[in-house]
Amino acid sequence: MAEKKSCASGDWVEVEWVLLTPEERAAGLPAETANKPLTVWVKGFAQAEAAVGDELTVETMTGRLVAGRLSDLEPGYFHTFGKPIPELAHVGADLRERLAAYLKAGE
Amino acid sequence: MASRVDEISARKGEIMLRALGMDYSEFERTPIAFDYEGMMAAHGYSLDDITRIQTKAGVGNTPLLELRNLTDLVRSMSEPGHGARIFVKDEAANMAGSFKDRRASVSIHVAKKKGYEGVVAATSGNYGAAVSSQAARNNLKCIICQEAFDSRHVGQPEIIEKSRICEAFGAEVIQMTVGPELFFHMLELLDSTGYFAASLYSSFGVSGIETLGAELAREMTALTGAPPTAVVVTHAGGGNTTGTARGLRRAGALDTQIISASVDLSGLHMASDDDFNRKSFTTGHTGFGVPFATWPDRADVPRNAARSLRYMDRYLTVSQGEVFYVTEAMCKLEGLERGPSGNTAMTAAISLAREMPRDATVVVQETEYTGAGKHHWAQLNFARQMGVEVRSGDPAENVPGKSIVIPERPEQIRAKDFDMAKMRRSYVRNALQHAGAGYVPTAGDIEFLAADTNSDAASVEAIVAALKEA
Repeated sequence: MAEKKSCASGDWVEVEWVLLTPEERAAGLPAETANKPLTVWVKGFAQAEAAVGDELTVETMTGRLVAGRLSDLEPGYFHTFGKPIPELAHVGADLRERLAAYLKAGE
Repeated sequence: MASRVDEISARKGEIMLRALGMDYSEFERTPIAFDYEGMMAAHGYSLDDITRIQTKAGVGNTPLLELRNLTDLVRSMSEPGHGARIFVKDEAANMAGSFKDRRASVSIHVAKKKGYEGVVAATSGNYGAAVSSQAARNNLKCIICQEAFDSRHVGQPEIIEKSRICEAFGAEVIQMTVGPELFFHMLELLDSTGYFAASLYSSFGVSGIETLGAELAREMTALTGAPPTAVVVTHAGGGNTTGTARGLRRAGALDTQIISASVDLSGLHMASDDDFNRKSFTTGHTGFGVPFATWPDRADVPRNAARSLRYMDRYLTVSQGEVFYVTEAMCKLEGLERGPSGNTAMTAAISLAREMPRDATVVVQETEYTGAGKHHWAQLNFARQMGVEVRSGDPAENVPGKSIVIPERPEQIRAKDFDMAKMRRSYVRNALQHAGAGYVPTAGDIEFLAADTNSDAASVEAIVAALKEA
């Protein structure tokens, strides 16, 4: 099945817009920040049917109407714990062993 | 033509006056001095009132735990007779998972009482979760502005988790790319919505932390017969140090040493799009800790209630790798799986406890929740993806943004003292600069600066004279 590329009115979506172009940005920023636009994303309920990339107004959780370009459909959360860290794998056993030796010496 | 940023910034005073419902101008005395205690007392709530507000909000009274295994580990590597008892206040047990609930509960109480329809806060940290949670309980609308992504739309996983939790509590989350103009957008939102500014740095928020200091003084006295010898505080914007120290004093713990601790992120620029995702800590680091200690009034309120130099006896820094090691050790030795940022003070406490006698006590005054994104494994995996080297070795070899060196042995955990004299000098220089060229400090200014830097009039005068010569 092809991935959905458009939303219906009332769907929970995300829009993005440029808040400040590089020319409009604050003075005194490092060059690598100053030469990029300040971009914003917010989630809300679509007020119309739209395809990804289209201009769309959403109603946010506070009831504000915000216009942007449709950037995501059914925006979810995919952050994780990730793989175990080999450099930390020994920590538990090492410290447990140390503690046992210390307590034994004190007996 | 003035830019949008300039236009809205020029109206900051007017917008914040309405958004805070408090006129800061009545506390101003001179271009340098203001009536700090007057400002702190202006909300009219006593410590008991705040405790009642927080109890109703489901906040505070968190467990104080003695960490016996960690204490024994420290003693196993200390000189004979050394190795202080280590305790922790498990602030992760608060409703939204951190001590920030104490700040948010008072701010939201004030917003509700003053009749605001909603609240706005600019925060990428636990404070957003706290404000969102308390706003939900009080039927207030809530907007949280977060610096969440670099310009490639790559999100710091800890902040993405914070976006998620705020949205879980029903907040509108404005996610932005890197830049201090976040505060400009916050002002625009305050202006257009008429909502309350739930600033981290208002007297409401900072007073909310005083209960933490008071609780731990009382609980330690009950448990050990005396207030703690030292309290170690993870330090960023200064509210945690300020509120905790004030609470300890109010509870009569006048001799307790206040030790602030931050992760060393020296060399990384906080407004850099390149550096943003090369740091594994989004708070509790020197990138906030040093600038806010040496110039607290850079905050989003006219006068910052968080004035950490007033209370700090020592400032210790630790490296990212040391904190990740300790976070793992806390899981394995104490059965406490908590967020890495909150373990910054724990890492410093391990180093500190080694220098202290066995009958001394050290309290780490907070923990924070952990989970996907915030977890130390998530952070280390992300660092590797961002090209930061992660390896075992001597943590002294770490280079923020380039390498994270995880200790091989606990003896390698060594907090470093930050130069307090340098911070005091820097604060006085900033105060003089902000007062304007040619301004001559009055005797009242000198007295204010001495109090604000936890020093004395003679030392401040010496700094002023040296700056004049230079």
